[in-house]
Amino acid sequence: MSQKINLKLKVWRQKNTSSSGNFETYKVTTDTDASFLEMLDVVNEELIVSGKEPIAFDHDCREGICGMCGAVVNGQPHGPQRKTTLCQLHMRKFKDGDSIVLEPFRARAMPVVKDLVVDRSAFDRVVQAGGYVSVKTGGVPDANAIAISKENSDLAMDAAQCIGCSACVAACPNASAMLFVSAKVSHLALLPQGQPERHSRAKQMVMQMDKEGFGNCSNEYECEAACPKGISVSNIARMNRDYLKAGLS
Amino acid sequence: MALDAKIPSGPIAEKWSKHKFEMKLVNPANKRKYNIIVVGTGLAGASAAASLGELGYNVKAFCFQDSPRRAHSIAAQGGINAAKNYANDGDSIHRLFYDTVKGGDYRAREANVHRLAEVSCNIIDQCVAQGVPFAREYGGLLDNRSFGGAQVSRTFYARGQTGQQLLLGAYSALMKETAKGTVKMFPRREMLDLVVIDDKARGIIVRNLITGELERHEADAVLLATGGYGNVFYLSTNAIGSNVTAAWRAHKKGAFFANPCYTQIHPTCIPVHGDYQSKLTLMSESLRNDGRVWVPKKKGDTRAPKDIPESEREYYLENRYPSFGNLVPRDIASRNAKSVCDDGLGVGSTQMAVYLDFADAIKRLGRDSIEEKYGNLFEMYERITGEDPYATPMMIYPAVHYTMGGLWVDYNLQSTIPGMFVLGEANFSDHGANRLGASALMQGLADGYFVIPYTLGNYLATNKLEKVTTEHPEFVAAEAAQKEKIEKLLSIKGTRTVDSFHRELGMVMWDKCGMARTEEGLKEALVRIPQIRDEFWKNVTVTGSEGEFNQVLERAGRVADFLEFAETMVTDALNRKESCGGHFREESQTEEGEAKRDDENFCHVNAWEYQGVGMTPILHKEALSFENVPLTQRSYK
Ligand SMILES: Cc1cc2nc3c(=O)[nH]c(=O)nc-3n(C[C@H](O)[C@H](O)[C@H](O)COP(=O)(O)OP(=O)(O)OC[C@H]3O[C@@H](n4cnc5c(N)ncnc54)[C@H](O)[C@@H]3O)c2cc1C
Ligand code: FES
Repeated sequence: MSQKINLKLKVWRQKNTSSSGNFETYKVTTDTDASFLEMLDVVNEELIVSGKEPIAFDHDCREGICGMCGAVVNGQPHGPQRKTTLCQLHMRKFKDGDSIVLEPFRARAMPVVKDLVVDRSAFDRVVQAGGYVSVKTGGVPDANAIAISKENSDLAMDAAQCIGCSACVAACPNASAMLFVSAKVSHLALLPQGQPERHSRAKQMVMQMDKEGFGNCSNEYECEAACPKGISVSNIARMNRDYLKAGLS
Repeated sequence: MALDAKIPSGPIAEKWSKHKFEMKLVNPANKRKYNIIVVGTGLAGASAAASLGELGYNVKAFCFQDSPRRAHSIAAQGGINAAKNYANDGDSIHRLFYDTVKGGDYRAREANVHRLAEVSCNIIDQCVAQGVPFAREYGGLLDNRSFGGAQVSRTFYARGQTGQQLLLGAYSALMKETAKGTVKMFPRREMLDLVVIDDKARGIIVRNLITGELERHEADAVLLATGGYGNVFYLSTNAIGSNVTAAWRAHKKGAFFANPCYTQIHPTCIPVHGDYQSKLTLMSESLRNDGRVWVPKKKGDTRAPKDIPESEREYYLENRYPSFGNLVPRDIASRNAKSVCDDGLGVGSTQMAVYLDFADAIKRLGRDSIEEKYGNLFEMYERITGEDPYATPMMIYPAVHYTMGGLWVDYNLQSTIPGMFVLGEANFSDHGANRLGASALMQGLADGYFVIPYTLGNYLATNKLEKVTTEHPEFVAAEAAQKEKIEKLLSIKGTRTVDSFHRELGMVMWDKCGMARTEEGLKEALVRIPQIRDEFWKNVTVTGSEGEFNQVLERAGRVADFLEFAETMVTDALNRKESCGGHFREESQTEEGEAKRDDENFCHVNAWEYQGVGMTPILHKEALSFENVPLTQRSYK
């Protein structure tokens, strides 16, 4: 059953990329059936009515699939519930009187745009480096021309589920994007369509990742724990093998 | 102006091939001299931009999210149709065509639907080649499932994330072209106006959502693929940012708006629970393959579902529609849910819900099999409601989901403004008065991958386009008008928030122009909407300034457009006195309470021409003829 709870929020406020930010404190009363973003909506409506600027945060689908939302909640990207995006986190996970500290996903490669909004355009550039199969529209074989084992197809789908939210980067002590990059590399490496460009893809994408200023992987596995889609770190090992082969060939 | 749909002559099955041959081509070496603007990079826009880039055009693509990968298409769960007949169950291009025309309650254009069915198979081939991991059987070939309104299994899917996987496929093609330099991507840009020069679409004005700057972009043709307008209802299954702005502003520049009253209310969504609620969540229609819909037979039965014995349950869809059962089309499933709840049989705390029960399917197929098919949907349900659908039936209720109406386009997808083409959910053409499940993804990708690359070439090859620059007076004037509008919004400094107006409008639309519509209610809405709009322009408060990242300002612009558009939508609903598909006029129903069409008077498309804010738009009609699928009263009994 739903109930009302009172919370104290400490939220990172930053006007734009070049300004320095600080924490502001807000009190909010929320329904436990509300989602985390709906709780923020309530805070924002109150701020707007009193002529103050609302807290900027990215969001769109509010269904956990577009990857637009995200913030660090009490030190955890997307908050305390495993395999759950911020928009799908519901207030029943909190207790009356709780304090919540809210910060943007921080990384050198992802500067803050405003408040909780960050610039993740580096992810698009990493995909541009090779995260595709180079086929054009038209002139492709019948979809059932190649059989793909259900097992591989399922594994590819596990990796392909990545929503590009960048929680993995925010969770990593080195701000590495290895989980994100390896999910795309694995998805295509597990399918016959991805074979012709398999090794060059791994190499190009990793090089771009480095160029963007993401850190190295030191096997902390914080990324997997923070991933709202449960993408496995085994993808990183698979990518490393492909990357090494690309170096040798 | 007489509407010419430009439908090619000849037998239905040969029209598209013949037209493709007859259309003029642009010489490969000349393609790079053409600048093409694509607004929107969901399935329709991303597939179009990538395909045009591959052909060699110089493409600029725009979206309001931070990356094209986040378009609302990403949220589609259930699947995509194609007439592959892999299941050997009697499917064919003709059957997909037939089902779609019938499902649309005979209000779609036959020739467009046939083309859609023809290219459906190419789409699946294309997506597989890109590496889209569709579900497979143990033998390694593609798996299919069935969807509402069809008696064959023709729906391809990728777990419960089909839209995501298809969009990531199109996005990867787009990124490939971006890397090559044929496409330049402009994310976090919102189109605010269309620039028309010498009666042709020649560019757009966008706001850079990070810096607040207004930008001018010129082109030889403009493609709009900006999605649907379901958020006019405030609560819908659409993403929060989905809007009518781009389409509406093009409408104000001369593009006709077709059938705005055709909206789809999806039968299986998580019911509304609180006044802070910001959106409704869809539970994929594929669930109706295995879930059984029921309510208690007794009014006000508050027992837990497990305590209600079989004999006291009413499986109303199975009983009323024995041949389609739980898989009747969406409009029918939705209206039946409303009618049982209106009769006092609804369940849950608000009694505005029905059960969708998987107990039998779990018994028959085992929990593992259900988990494999729907696991992520069940998890989502549990996260939102706090209840476990493996143990207790889901509670569902209809919600606004999709808009069949949109900008009017001819067979070539060109609007009434030459040089402006409209793709995907933003146009009106293929779904008539009701869209069947799994056919929006099909249509978006058909438009982008396989239709526009041909029809755009023909436009460019047959029109002489003078060079224009962004210094042209039309660009200067369009930018100045947008700047003025923004300044006006910021200067009102009233007492009410943008969202409060949006909610108020949504409530009026849901009550008066939702699942059931009456002349009286629609007329009331036509009084209420201008009042809300007037108050908005006097009393809204928009914080912050124009030269910065300002989400309140973004929303204010969108809600201002919904407040104008809503009136046209209601006007259309009032004009169409018949019921058809998702448009249900209570005055026009059969004895059994089904939608009753009036082919004599309404077998046409309504296309509205803008006359000014608050002025009644001028109605133009495109007659529809049904030569291949005979007009009959739909029956799913
Ligand atoms: C929850 C849900 C589930 C669905 N499931 C299915 C399904 O299983 N099968 C099926 O066939 N269909 C399904 N649909 C319908 C289908 O997903 C959509 O109709 C389809 O994806 C629309 O694609 P689109 O490319 O036309 O538009 P969208 O994907 O909505 O893309 C719109 C694009 O336009 C951009 N844009 C919009 N306005 C502006 C502006 N003013 N300026 C700049 N850019 C702008 C956006 O940034 C975005 O890139 C579902 C819909 C919902 C809501
Ligand atoms: S808003 Fe789309 S994933 Fe959260």
